[in-house]
Amino acid sequence: MKPPPFAYARAAGVPEALALLRDAGEDAKILAGGQSLVPLMAYRLARPSHLVDIGRITTHRYVRGDGGGLRVGALVRHLELERATGLTGPWQALREAAGRIGHHPVRVRGTCGGSLAHADPSAELPVVAAALDASVTLQSADGTRTVPAADFFLAPFITALEPDEMLVEVAFPAPPPGLRSVFEEFQVHSGDFALASAAVAVALDGDGVATHVRVALGSVGPVPVRAREAEEALTGGRLTERAAAEAARLAASAAGAAAGSSAASGEVPGGGADFRRELVRTLVTRALDRLKEKS
Amino acid sequence: MNETGSRQDPWLPPLDPVTVELDVNDSLVTCTVEPRRTLADALRGAGLTGTRLGCEHGVCGACTVLLDGRPVRACLVLAVQARGSRIRTVEGLSGEREEPTGPGEYEGNGENGEPGGGARLSDVQRAFRDGGALQCGFCTPGFLMLAQGLLADEPDASAERVTDVLSSNICRCTGGVPIVSAVRAVQRARKEAGS
Ligand SMILES: Cc1cc2nc3c(=O)[nH]c(=O)nc-3n(C[C@H](O)[C@H](O)[C@H](O)COP(=O)(O)OP(=O)(O)OC[C@H]3O[C@@H](n4cnc5c(N)ncnc54)[C@H](O)[C@@H]3O)c2cc1C
Ligand code: FES
Ligand code: FES
Repeated sequence: MKPPPFAYARAAGVPEALALLRDAGEDAKILAGGQSLVPLMAYRLARPSHLVDIGRITTHRYVRGDGGGLRVGALVRHLELERATGLTGPWQALREAAGRIGHHPVRVRGTCGGSLAHADPSAELPVVAAALDASVTLQSADGTRTVPAADFFLAPFITALEPDEMLVEVAFPAPPPGLRSVFEEFQVHSGDFALASAAVAVALDGDGVATHVRVALGSVGPVPVRAREAEEALTGGRLTERAAAEAARLAASAAGAAAGSSAASGEVPGGGADFRRELVRTLVTRALDRLKEKS
Repeated sequence: MNETGSRQDPWLPPLDPVTVELDVNDSLVTCTVEPRRTLADALRGAGLTGTRLGCEHGVCGACTVLLDGRPVRACLVLAVQARGSRIRTVEGLSGEREEPTGPGEYEGNGENGEPGGGARLSDVQRAFRDGGALQCGFCTPGFLMLAQGLLADEPDASAERVTDVLSSNICRCTGGVPIVSAVRAVQRARKEAGS
């Protein structure tokens, strides 16, 4: 269980990291918290020729508001998000999800940018990115582009990132008035990857009518799955028990469809489609139950 | 590509061992390792074999050390990544928070990383011993460092929080309950002592 050989360089800043990446060519990889990449190398599932260590870059370790929206630098540790007590209301799901990633020592090292770039179909943060309409900023020596989460996650462990690009930031747009979000997941043991997860965001108007709904699911497909039928069913009505039950059922069938197709190709380990469908129904019900009460 | 070996070359070449200076338990430890070697490898290679290697892919926690005060898996940190950080290992625990040892109580002989030179077991170590929180002892250094980090970072952690954090590591012998109890006991004792 030792990683194969690679050349190593530590970057002091983003421009240096981008120059090193360009210099090293296609088989280079960024090393951030190392909590996914080092185990992959130990298993020899990844054999990068060069590692560009961005772990000491201090300029991208911020969580800041931006005209109602939120910007999170790529090098923010999971632990920092978990402890960011200001992340409430629309951002609550982000804080809750960060606190469910692996174990405490993994959260001490692992980074937000690393989790998104790694694109594990069971990871928490991509699901939150989908529920909160986030976009990621990708930078290379040639320039910068912004990609919506929906176009960033392409397949398990595959994203829109080019080999010479670094994910520098994830940005959440200003939420509609009254938006609140929560995160729920099911895992067999604490610290395990989720067998199913749900990030749900709802904005209620003064009469308790849902004006904006997002239901995003994790661990049920190759990439985060939006349960659009559930979202549509809830929009324009109150969060009654009946409406929630119907939405949970619709979300479960969206999960079943996604899990069914990817389980067949071996992309979703641990649990058949029926089991995951049941989990999703429970998780979405729980999330909506929490969202219907005024905080 | 830059010329390998030139002074300006930012790359450490893959197979050339490099000299890495690490700040371990407030002493300078110099290791010569390839870039692919982990912090756990480097520590053990330098004779600090208290840090154990179990799974070597981040799931068991036997290799837990403190990096800048927080518990991390030393098998998931490259030695070269740890340059510039303060590292604490189980060897650094004894001697801190000394308590008088009673007659017949164990004091190490200073060899093989055991406490020595008058150093005594720390409060966490004593609580583990007194509470039967170890049997074979393989997992113990990792749990001690995990507990040490938790107690320093979150002295008021709830019972649930303590259990949750301790679930990061695996113990095949004790069942885990005595470990949780030992850490809770230290928490109470420190609070009573007002520290
Ligand atoms: C025991 C254990 C349990 C875990 N459980 C979970 C879990 O339940 N849920 C979960 O989501 N994760 C889990 N993880 C993984 C953890 O969340 C990682 O922190 C995360 O997936 C990757 O972040 P990192 O900073 O460690 O990235 P690294 O491991 O350093 O990198 C991962 C990948 O992303 C690339 N990369 C990293 N940063 C960037 C960037 N800024 N731009 C472009 N590419 C980049 C790397 O090149 C590499 O391919 C677990 C890990 C362990 C060891
Ligand atoms: S040896 Fe590091 S976690 Fe198991
Ligand atoms: S005491 Fe044997 S593994 Fe914990």
